Amino acid sequence: MTEGLNRIAFATLAIVLAALWGLPFLYSVWTAFHPEKYSANFVWNAPLTLSNFVEAWQAAPFALYFLNTVILIATVLVANLILCTLVAYAFVRYRFRWAGFLFSLVMVQLLISPEILIVENYLTLNNIGLTDTIIGIALPYLTSAFGIFLLRQTFKTVPKSLDEAAQIEGASAWRVLWTVYVPLARPVYLAYGLVSISFHWNNFLWPLIVTNSPEVRPVTVGLSVFATVESGIEWSLVNAATLMTTAPLIVAFLIFQRQFVANFMRAGIK
Amino acid sequence: MNMRLSYGMGFILLVLPCSLLVAFTHYPALKALLNSFWNNGSSIRPSRFVGVKNYQTLLEDDKLMQVLINSFIYAIGTVPLAIALAIGMALLVNSKLPATGLMRLSFFLPTMLPMVAVANIWLFFYAPGIGLASQLLNAVGLPSINFLGSTNTSLASMMVVAVWKEAGLFMIFYLAALQSIPTNLKDAARLEGAGSVRIFFDVVLPLLRPTTIFVAVNALINAFRLVDHIVVMTRGGPNNSSSLLLYYIYEVTFGFRDFAYGATLTVLMVVILGILAAFQFWVLDRKAHYQ
Repeated sequence: MTEGLNRIAFATLAIVLAALWGLPFLYSVWTAFHPEKYSANFVWNAPLTLSNFVEAWQAAPFALYFLNTVILIATVLVANLILCTLVAYAFVRYRFRWAGFLFSLVMVQLLISPEILIVENYLTLNNIGLTDTIIGIALPYLTSAFGIFLLRQTFKTVPKSLDEAAQIEGASAWRVLWTVYVPLARPVYLAYGLVSISFHWNNFLWPLIVTNSPEVRPVTVGLSVFATVESGIEWSLVNAATLMTTAPLIVAFLIFQRQFVANFMRAGIK
Repeated sequence: MNMRLSYGMGFILLVLPCSLLVAFTHYPALKALLNSFWNNGSSIRPSRFVGVKNYQTLLEDDKLMQVLINSFIYAIGTVPLAIALAIGMALLVNSKLPATGLMRLSFFLPTMLPMVAVANIWLFFYAPGIGLASQLLNAVGLPSINFLGSTNTSLASMMVVAVWKEAGLFMIFYLAALQSIPTNLKDAARLEGAGSVRIFFDVVLPLLRPTTIFVAVNALINAFRLVDHIVVMTRGGPNNSSSLLLYYIYEVTFGFRDFAYGATLTVLMVVILGILAAFQFWVLDRKAHYQ
């Protein structure tokens, strides 16, 4: 009997919490899909419209912002995958002086990340003339301690015998890396890729500092500029723009929900 | 395996990739330390060595004092709340209730959104008069509150936003931990006559400890380095009531163009994060017997 009551209490709690959690987002969805006069006025048969999205899309160069974000993400991801692989390979396969000390130096970036070094990194970019460029936004993130750490952990699990067998066959260091280590780390590359993409899609403060012109703005900066300057206080447009810029991530999540969650867990726990 | 690293390979594998890392992590951290002993230069007057003058300014900076108190309240307030909610969410999603998929979506969605989008959504939610928060208050007969415009509520409002965004991510880690707990442990406790509540506190919660430490450390560091919502929603106001350390660094450096003081504040930030890291090692040491 008490177990039954417990279950009802538990279910009520679940419904209340899930509904509460969904409210802010659902409110934004409501406003984005309704004409301005219904934005804070809940009538069940209020007419639905897509005009807010059309208007927001035309009011600011969102296509360009999307393109910039994609270029930024691709640059960082490709550089990360290559550079982190090289460093992790060196630490796992080779023996050299101060390896332990050098590895802890690399791990410093986990704590003192580029997000908090905005002052000096901006000065560096200014000195080499790369402010207001996409490569300038990407530069501090091209090597990632997190990526190096994940790949080192994975490469360590590669059986020694596989490596030795490849060497006996006469494979060079590069061939061993490419045919033995990289294929075995494929799930980790996928997990890291998802985390990296969502991080850089969402990153805001550093791109805001580095960029000045619309030609190089990523979506997050473009959205904040649109929400403050260009649309004044027209909430339905701001909400439409917000949903529009996050739609690719939401759609991707709905499609890959299971893999996403599994990969987030893997990336976090290892 | 464990072969000697030749100079050529070492250069390609380590020196090239790591030079980028050093240039944007170690170099700026040390450069901030150096610059904190110099003042701002201009085209007419180059910057000169001023000793600890910037640090004297730092000690006498009332605004910084408030920012540090805010950061402290923000961290101490959001981290335990987000963790407690995340555990609750994980239990609900892991239960045999109907519609757990929908629940998981509702909890996890905020984590997928960029902080800027979250900030816009909550800016609207909090908007005086038209926002849903005001409307709900009015519906039960309470006057609306200017959540972001009052010094009493602005920081708390920012904390709610942070918890809303982060709890779902932590839920995922707890979900993984819950699913790895062997059911025979719970069955054994049940045979001994323990109820659900007792099982949770005496069996499940201790087994979640490593996850809690991992999540708490990450959440704590995140509390110091994610200020996008402050930039979009309050700009630290009103009257600095919602300003956090990283936002203050941003404001001093890029708003007031005071790069020397910005560097000094960066040093302070690195020191605080260093203390947190030392604390983390200490805690991890103490939990070693659990593994």
